[in-house]
Amino acid sequence: MAEIVEKKLIRHPDVFYYRLYAPLIAAKAKPGQFVIIRIHEKGERIPLSLADIDPARGTISLIVMCVGKTTSELATLNAGDHIKDVCGPLGNPTHIENFGKVVLAGGGFGVAPLYPIGRAFRAAGNRVATVMGARNKNLLIYESEMQSISHRVIVSTDDGSAGLKGVITDALGAWLEEDGADLVMAVGPAPMMEAVCRKTASFGVKTIVSLNAVMIDGTGMCGGCRVGVGGKIRFVCMDGPDFDGSLVDWDALKRRQAMYRSEEKESFEAWKKRHGLEVGD
Amino acid sequence: MPPKKKLIPKKVPAREQDPGKRRLNFEEVSLGYEPEEAMREAGRCLGCRNRPCVSGCPVGVPIPDFVAAIAKGDFEGAYGAIRSANMLPAVCGRVCPQESQCEGACTLGKKHEALAIGRLERFCADWRMRQPLKPLCLPPGPVASGTGGNGKGAGRRGKVAVVGSGPSGITCAYELARLGHKVTVFEALHEPGGVLFYGIPEFRLPKKIVAAEIETLIEMGVEIKRNAVVGKLFGLGELTEKFDAAFVATGAGLPRFMGIPGEDFNGVFSANEFLTRTNLMRAYRFPEYDTPIKTGRRVVVIGGGNVAMDSARTAIRLGAESVTLVYRRGEEELPARAEEVRHAKEEGLLFELCTLPVEITGEDGWASGLKCIRMELCEPDLTATDGRSSAAGKPSAGKPGRKIPKPIEGSGFTIGADTVIVAIGTSANPLLTRSAQGLRLHRGYIEADETGTTSLKGVFAGGDIVTGSATVISAMGAGRKAAHTIHEYIVSQKNVSQKS
Ligand SMILES: Cc1cc2nc3c(=O)[nH]c(=O)nc-3n(C[C@H](O)[C@H](O)[C@H](O)COP(=O)(O)OP(=O)(O)OC[C@H]3O[C@@H](n4cnc5c(N)ncnc54)[C@H](O)[C@@H]3O)c2cc1C
Ligand SMILES: Cc1cc2nc3c(=O)[nH]c(=O)nc-3n(C[C@H](O)[C@H](O)[C@H](O)COP(=O)(O)OP(=O)(O)OC[C@H]3O[C@@H](n4cnc5c(N)ncnc54)[C@H](O)[C@@H]3O)c2cc1C
Ligand code: SF4
Ligand code: SF4
Ligand code: FES
Repeated sequence: MAEIVEKKLIRHPDVFYYRLYAPLIAAKAKPGQFVIIRIHEKGERIPLSLADIDPARGTISLIVMCVGKTTSELATLNAGDHIKDVCGPLGNPTHIENFGKVVLAGGGFGVAPLYPIGRAFRAAGNRVATVMGARNKNLLIYESEMQSISHRVIVSTDDGSAGLKGVITDALGAWLEEDGADLVMAVGPAPMMEAVCRKTASFGVKTIVSLNAVMIDGTGMCGGCRVGVGGKIRFVCMDGPDFDGSLVDWDALKRRQAMYRSEEKESFEAWKKRHGLEVGD
Repeated sequence: MPPKKKLIPKKVPAREQDPGKRRLNFEEVSLGYEPEEAMREAGRCLGCRNRPCVSGCPVGVPIPDFVAAIAKGDFEGAYGAIRSANMLPAVCGRVCPQESQCEGACTLGKKHEALAIGRLERFCADWRMRQPLKPLCLPPGPVASGTGGNGKGAGRRGKVAVVGSGPSGITCAYELARLGHKVTVFEALHEPGGVLFYGIPEFRLPKKIVAAEIETLIEMGVEIKRNAVVGKLFGLGELTEKFDAAFVATGAGLPRFMGIPGEDFNGVFSANEFLTRTNLMRAYRFPEYDTPIKTGRRVVVIGGGNVAMDSARTAIRLGAESVTLVYRRGEEELPARAEEVRHAKEEGLLFELCTLPVEITGEDGWASGLKCIRMELCEPDLTATDGRSSAAGKPSAGKPGRKIPKPIEGSGFTIGADTVIVAIGTSANPLLTRSAQGLRLHRGYIEADETGTTSLKGVFAGGDIVTGSATVISAMGAGRKAAHTIHEYIVSQKNVSQKS
């Protein structure tokens, strides 16, 4: 059981920030790790990255986009409510050291987990630049937080409603052209991370990605989160979530993420009907 | 010499759900004995003075004694006798591979059918669970040795951390609590029980039985911390600092894949994922429960053990049109319990034996078939070691080796399949051990002697994380042994610290 001590809508209508009281997890968690939550007895276990860790207050923060049943059901909970199961910290922390120049590339809500990661990179002495992209201005999150930990933030939107107009890889390419990088860390939807890796490969810059495979236990027991990396089967929860993006079998990852699409839709539709709701669409 | 007695050659049959009906539900297959049937079956026991059956049982259940009590209608006495050696009779009666353990050693079995020891054990446990108001746990056990037997150890009790709530962890916690220690169990998942909960399906082991056993532990004052992944939330070193001793029983862990092309197609599962979705997350009740499972029309399961059999029978119940088991050796060699093989056949499972998968074919990203070749069985190789026990550094000495299959050239064929479940075993999970400095491992499994002692002071281990995948009863036996080792260790430590 973990209490939600704070909740806010950070991007209308479907992205929420939650701060949970979980002192044991907060004491141990490191940037790049995640938790698995289950809201109630009949609920699914879903992984969520840590968007902030505050050991002093004993809290961890999550930023969650409503994309289906569980994330939408979570959004019905408020400060003071409890989440039945919160398990973590899971996965390996992001490898932090002074690489020199680090570029953080965040797509959509993928920016959120980059915040504690970027803070750690900066604390380790790196020069940190953030390139964050979204379809339009309304979909950008965490810009001011990223400003606070980056030497430079570059925003790009597909429609040009904020920052540069174009896809994130254009902005990233331009920045690499101008300033170069010793390491790129990308978090976001799989197609975005894949595109980033293709771009950085042309610059020969090592790129770390944080993979979001479908998970159940998060302890290496079920094998459901497996993904091909460098021709070998790796478990994202055990061996990851960070991997060298140039080695990832993106097609298999994207394919497996979509494996339960029809069931997820069925579950979400049934839930919306029961609650007379129209969430997230 | 067993006393003269009229021999009844066959077991009293246990009532079972009709195969046609049960292949569509998740309710228990075997319905067990009624009191009268149990007494009749118990009457078949010869009461052999040399008690071969007892030596066949890894934890030494006093079989002839409990069976004699049943024969007299003294079910409470029978239950007490079993429980003196086995904390989980309702579980073991159902899932022990009796044919290779207690029943395999039964004198009756030489010429006739062995006594139905498993069914009788289950009967007692089920009977006892139906009795109102009686605490399930035994009174605290005797204060054990290590203190000169004069009770000096009394009061010198410790705090023990148990990591993992599978049969090994549960048994160790139970024994330690009986001996008066304060026990905290750390479990990574949201439900305790280990494989008993997430692996073995409801139709073979109802979850309410596992829950009742866990309840007993809690009544005894054992604390169970769920969602507590040791190695992540707590380090092993932290546990040994805060507790007098730690028992590691984290189970076998990581599912293995075959490394053949096509294993990343959608529709390909590890057995652990397939079973965890169904059992732990109750996907068979989707969408009432949120976790989905995919079962196609044609399912192929690769493997021949209990895990493969459970996956196959689960797929049947989830509505697959055909389920085929692919195993590289022959029927004789199937490692699954004999009863499960019989049940699976009755439920319509198809077998492709002496068959080796070489590739999973796919269409549009989904599995479409399994390419196989036939295997030829060779003479048994007597030096061969059993893969599972060798993983733990203990070759199965004395056991005749299994036949080594060899591929037959030009025998390739394809089985159509939209779901492929890989049940070829597991390897050691490094989650905890990676962070445990100084803990000696062998191929990833923890090195521990028979008493459960490891290379680290205050750290003990048992069950599948030591032996590799084995059985419920052997995991329990290890938990019990370790509990007594831990007890002695704590008492001796406290003696030392009191002196100094
Ligand atoms: C390591 C990791 C970190 C993540 N961090 C965040 C985060 O910080 N914020 C956030 O909003 N989302 C995060 N996600 C994704 C999040 O887990 C999914 O959005 C969520 O599970 C969707 O559940 P649902 O029932 O609402 O939607 P559904 O309709 O069930 O699923 C929508 C999509 O989410 C994915 N998904 C579904 N179930 C799971 C599952 N059990 N495990 C993983 N993915 C699943 C699938 O691709 C699916 O198509 C993370 C995923 C991983 C693996
Ligand atoms: C599908 C299936 C069917 C089987 N059928 C039979 C059968 O019919 N008969 C039989 O005798 N045997 C059977 N077995 C084998 C038997 O179940 C195992 O040998 C036995 O459960 C091992 O017990 P254990 O206590 O060592 O580990 P497990 O039962 O595996 O329990 C280990 C527990 O530790 C937890 N854990 C792991 N890592 C951590 C960590 N880092 N921190 C906290 N907790 C952790 C796990 O979540 C789990 O709950 C079967 C196994 C499977 C998978
Ligand atoms: S515990 Fe298992 S092996 Fe021992 S008597 Fe009972 S069923 Fe047989
Ligand atoms: S060996 Fe068989 S017949 Fe003899 S005492 Fe044991 S159970 Fe009874
Ligand atoms: S989520 Fe089960 S092995 Fe990674």
